[in-house]
Amino acid sequence: MAPLRRSSTLRLTGLLCLSFLVFFSRGFASHDVVSEKSSGTIQEDSHSQANSTAHKKTFPVLSFNYEHVRTPFEISLWILLALFMKLGFHIIPTVSHIVPESCLLIFVGLLVGGIIKATGEQPPVLDSNLFFLYLLPPIILDAGYFLPMRSFTENIGTILMFAVVGTLWNVFFIGGMMYAVCQIDAAELAHVDLLSCLLFGSIISAVDPVSVLAVFEEIHINELLHILVFGESLLNDAVTVVLYHLFKEFAHEQTITVTGAILGVISFFVVSLGGVMVGVIYGIVGAFTSRFTSYSRVIEPLFVFLYSYMAYLSAEIFHLSGIMSLIACGVIMRPYVEANISHKSYTTVKYFLKMWSSVSDTLIFIFLGVSTVAGPHTWNWIFVIFTVIFCLVSRVLGVIGLTAFINKFRIVKLTKKDQFIIAYGGLRGAIAFSLGFLLDNDEIKNLFLTAIITVIFFTVFVQGMTIRPLVELLAVKKKKESKESINEEIHTQFLDHLLTGIEDICGHYGHHHWKDKLNRFNKTYVKRWLIAGERSTEPQLISFYNKMELKQAMMMVESGSAAKLPTIVSTVSIRNVPTKGAPKPSRAISKSREEEIRRLLRANLQKTRQRLRSYSRYELLNDPLEDNISEARFRKQREMERRMSHYLTVPANRQETPPVRKVFFQPEHKVYTYDDSESPRGRASPSCADDVSELKETPEKPDQSSTPRANRDAELKPKEQDDQGDQLKVSRCLSDPGPNPEDDEDSTFLP
Amino acid sequence: MGASQTRLEHNYDDLTEKSGFSHEQIKNLYQRFQQLSGNNEKISRDDLERIPALNNNPIRKQIITAFFDKRNQHQNDVGSLDEIGFEQFLMVMSHFRPVNSKATEEEKATVRKQKLRFLFNMHDTDNDGIITLDEYRTVVEELLSQSGAIETEVARAIADAAMLEVASTNVPHMAPDDFYEGITFEHFEQILKGIEMESRMHIRFLDKNAATMRCGKLSS
Repeated sequence: MAPLRRSSTLRLTGLLCLSFLVFFSRGFASHDVVSEKSSGTIQEDSHSQANSTAHKKTFPVLSFNYEHVRTPFEISLWILLALFMKLGFHIIPTVSHIVPESCLLIFVGLLVGGIIKATGEQPPVLDSNLFFLYLLPPIILDAGYFLPMRSFTENIGTILMFAVVGTLWNVFFIGGMMYAVCQIDAAELAHVDLLSCLLFGSIISAVDPVSVLAVFEEIHINELLHILVFGESLLNDAVTVVLYHLFKEFAHEQTITVTGAILGVISFFVVSLGGVMVGVIYGIVGAFTSRFTSYSRVIEPLFVFLYSYMAYLSAEIFHLSGIMSLIACGVIMRPYVEANISHKSYTTVKYFLKMWSSVSDTLIFIFLGVSTVAGPHTWNWIFVIFTVIFCLVSRVLGVIGLTAFINKFRIVKLTKKDQFIIAYGGLRGAIAFSLGFLLDNDEIKNLFLTAIITVIFFTVFVQGMTIRPLVELLAVKKKKESKESINEEIHTQFLDHLLTGIEDICGHYGHHHWKDKLNRFNKTYVKRWLIAGERSTEPQLISFYNKMELKQAMMMVESGSAAKLPTIVSTVSIRNVPTKGAPKPSRAISKSREEEIRRLLRANLQKTRQRLRSYSRYELLNDPLEDNISEARFRKQREMERRMSHYLTVPANRQETPPVRKVFFQPEHKVYTYDDSESPRGRASPSCADDVSELKETPEKPDQSSTPRANRDAELKPKEQDDQGDQLKVSRCLSDPGPNPEDDEDSTFLP
Repeated sequence: MGASQTRLEHNYDDLTEKSGFSHEQIKNLYQRFQQLSGNNEKISRDDLERIPALNNNPIRKQIITAFFDKRNQHQNDVGSLDEIGFEQFLMVMSHFRPVNSKATEEEKATVRKQKLRFLFNMHDTDNDGIITLDEYRTVVEELLSQSGAIETEVARAIADAAMLEVASTNVPHMAPDDFYEGITFEHFEQILKGIEMESRMHIRFLDKNAATMRCGKLSS
């Protein structure tokens, strides 16, 4: 009962908030008209009294000046509205199961637009400038930065075919057919000439990344299909840009010249390759910069964002493809930046990107709805209906035709089901609308805009809503939940090398051969320049392993602080895995040592917790742990226990004490490996300087720290031969940090 | 070349049936075989080791050994050969054929098992049916061998962690006194079921004439 009541009150609150927001913005919109008038009169008064002495105005204790903050205030209101909507949909789960979020948002936009219009004001339209410069880049950057490179490069041929050839086919088919339709007398569309139709075709054909992302995200389809449709939506930007400008020019001139056409083709290559190059340049510069950002960790995320944004803007200056530039920048920058920046910066980058793209995405759909209500419409039944029909038909034909061709070259062929999903997933969205909005103002523009909006609505509503049940119906493969497993990582790498080797034996230079060459080039030359310190030579397997260890340690910390240390349930230990020649009697000894170790660990963890409580009162720094505590409550305990226990009992070798303590006490630089150094702001500056200088030495002196640690830990572990070796390794791998861990433990944290 | 080629043509159908390659593909592979063997009937380990492109491959020893491993010949034999003929070469290569997309689920499962078996054999060097910790450690060490001076402890740790993962996924409730002997084939299948072997483990075999292919710099 309680949840039901809660959800209904929430719904009420949500509605109230919504109405408040709308009326506020409306109220202020009309108020400023009033305030303008009143400020006008005040000025007049002051003028007339210019020569008189005192104004006789009482000092205003409380005054009202809305003009001053109007723009940022309204922007914030809109964003708040968007956020409340997003929140609302997740709190009320029933609707969002059936209707994808994008549809609901458009609907809200329609509502808001309707309300604004009903009160006589002109609702704001999705300004193209606003869209292309502010709303679109975060979404694209988010997509590009987290693009799964492996599947992208494996399918790049297919993606390019769909993006380039598919879009071209769509443009000419739709343009041509619409022109044919316009010739029908009944439609009264004779004034729409061929070039305008082609222009219209170029606007409406491109699959939109925003819509695709919004819808596909919710259906969790398998990676191949996702990357195919999504990759296509990203890469067709170049085609769209070129064709749009080309036809606009031609429509202006009213002639098509052969040179014009040839220039168009050349322009396509310039636009796409130029865009990519701009992105690559910015990406490399960004990666290089991140090599030095260890001196000021706080601003690291900003570098990532700004370099990417600059890449986008720079490409837009030259009318190159901004989207491709942004993607290229993110893709190039990512591996090097991630190796260089601290873990916290990485988390920040990730969360900010997700946050911005989420807000952008919501705002775009709401504005689409509002603009629909706002814009002047010219509704022509025949034009609109035929547009929708031809969009669908051309998409289906295009996909089928292209797949038949592509399947000859693909090893993993695209099945009919795949083709259907690809065709059905060709959603149009806000890019088409904004491009249409940029057209010159004339009657044709309104006609086009209406048709564009109808197509967008159709694709988003109808296709967006029905794609989920269709996916279920057709039993399309879903995305598999990937649990990071070190075995899979080992074997993925093993497979890569194996397949490269077999290709070499076969003598032909295939996909794997070139990938291997690229990797080696990357390792020997590029990484040296772009990654700071020791990390440049770290093989991928080891960094993967370290990342996993890190996560284990963090999860352990959280579980340790939230709940009491769970008793070790599964005692799968390394002793259980016999090494050849290990003497069996040692088993008995190690068992008792293990118990001892566990007791010691438990005691230490308790001590740590006690210290932690007193610590957190003086410093603000341990906020992350407080967050973790509440987060940990939501996690599945059993999985943690399992993982923890099996790592805990890689016995003796894993001295949990050092890493755990490190996590608690020096969260900033001890947890994460290598040269991570956040000078915690709470500390007094001398110690900051110390930290920074200590940590600068870190990359050079890992061995020195491991030895004292090994010696200290030696007392606590059983004296097996293997373990000694593993011990050194542990201290190195787990939290390769330290300068002199002993000193740190003695020093207190009180400033 | 002429005489051997006609002899081969008689066997094409036979070979196609056994290995699943098309005639064109077999022709191309035969050309390559001739190149590697210096026009002899058989290839020895040295012939394969002389391929320059393999020098950068960290696991080249294992790959070369796999070719001479009798277990990969689909014939329930064990041990290793010193030299292999074309048919055996082809049999090993057939493990890397892509699976037919029109195949049924069972066929795909069989192919998958075959490929996993190949991998398993590569790791299980003493052929006792399980991958012990030492063998796994060797695998990881070899993988990391080309990356510069990596201490063996690091490789060991990774192998140990991986082993533990297998153990805990497959045998979650072991008593403290139990030994986890090693990774059996079933466990191996289990831990690698995330990777779709049938679609990952393959290379593209050329159907067209490979006369213009750039080959390894072997002088025949």
